[in-house]
Amino acid sequence: MTLIAADPATAAAPDTGMLPRPFEVRARRRELADCVTLEMAALDGRPLGFAPGQFTMLYVHGVGEIAISISGNPAEADTLVQTIRAVGAVSRALCELPEGQRLGVRGPLGKAWPVERALGKHLMVVAGGLGLAPTRPVIYWALANRDRLKSLDIVYGTRSPDQILYPQQLLGWSSAEGLRVGITVDRASEDWTGRVGVVTDLVPSMLRDPAETVAMVCGPEIMMRFAAQGLAAAGVPQDDIHLSLERNMKCGIGWCGHCQLGPHLICRDGPVFPYPAVRDLMTVWEL
Amino acid sequence: MADSKIKSMAEILAAHPLFAGLDREITDLLGGCATNVHFADGAYLFKAEEPADTFYLLRGGDVALEVSMPGRGRLTVQTLHPGHVVGASWILPPYRWRFDARAIGSVRVTGVDATCLRSKCDADPRLGYQVMQRFLPVVAERLQSTRLRLLDLYAPPADVGRAL
Repeated sequence: MTLIAADPATAAAPDTGMLPRPFEVRARRRELADCVTLEMAALDGRPLGFAPGQFTMLYVHGVGEIAISISGNPAEADTLVQTIRAVGAVSRALCELPEGQRLGVRGPLGKAWPVERALGKHLMVVAGGLGLAPTRPVIYWALANRDRLKSLDIVYGTRSPDQILYPQQLLGWSSAEGLRVGITVDRASEDWTGRVGVVTDLVPSMLRDPAETVAMVCGPEIMMRFAAQGLAAAGVPQDDIHLSLERNMKCGIGWCGHCQLGPHLICRDGPVFPYPAVRDLMTVWEL
Repeated sequence: MADSKIKSMAEILAAHPLFAGLDREITDLLGGCATNVHFADGAYLFKAEEPADTFYLLRGGDVALEVSMPGRGRLTVQTLHPGHVVGASWILPPYRWRFDARAIGSVRVTGVDATCLRSKCDADPRLGYQVMQRFLPVVAERLQSTRLRLLDLYAPPADVGRAL
């Protein structure tokens, strides 16, 4: 038997899901004081197709890697769009990446919003704060499939008027025929003429036919808990309420266990879960 | 004529979420204390510290509950919308409003004379109990909403997990 050593220059690396692909920042846009949207393109020529609700692991060379939801249009696979809030070392570095800068991307990862469940039904997207970013792909999908839905409604709550994410897009959606956009803020000065109050108060008043509604909810976990309770109390079937959760993700592919929530690994089994799968876990403070 | 007016008001009250499902006998009683009112954009339904002698069932338009702060202008505490109740301070002493209530756009409400209703509730504890059963969830819901807002849920998170 002859042993032949693999040529490291030509041997293909096994696809374990751990190898980042090279991407380049093509455009960056500041959304809020601490929040930037990056548009990225693959340098290996393979577009990163994704389903609404999935995320990627973004790797800033020499700094680290974090999980970020995809916030772009799933029909535009050539461009990877992600909205990032600067809250720590890696996310700050991502927010500061200039156009032309390279970075590593793993993914798309995780389970998507079950958009097929919304076909023939009313779809309500409930988002809080930056939770609008992970739900934006499902809004794009719904807009492209409006004739297959009974309706599309967007319920959005955030801290204050100056913290509204994608304000021009929300304004555009609100003027679309048959699409309702409800926005509420926690606090406002006198120049704000919209709603003031928690997003969970707005949800019941915007439901059209609860029994025929599929809800997709993303935001701070307490907000999602109360929103899901409100949707269920109003008559939305619990199996048709879906939440996008977050935990401390590291590997992103179910190896390391950092993002465990009871029997689930958020990166592998989620981040999107049907409400009944996580309902009781959301009140266990040890988790 | 007066009878038909009261019945009409009873129907209006029964159509509002606050009093929906109440016995007709009770909505008739409540109707004797109620009247329909219109407020123009920017008009005040009531102002803080005024006697809480009329509360409102919001039927059309929006109302901002506000507090004025020197140097900061009007701060909106909460907005109310059709189906909501404007004013809960009429229930308990000292019967004075805690906030300003300002019409946002044209507002249609049914005003309920709180003094009239309190005296009817005092005279008929069954009515009083039913009215309290309707108002307590309103107060509890607003308390819960206030608690959620106190949590400042949308404040930037720590640098862990998916940074959205």
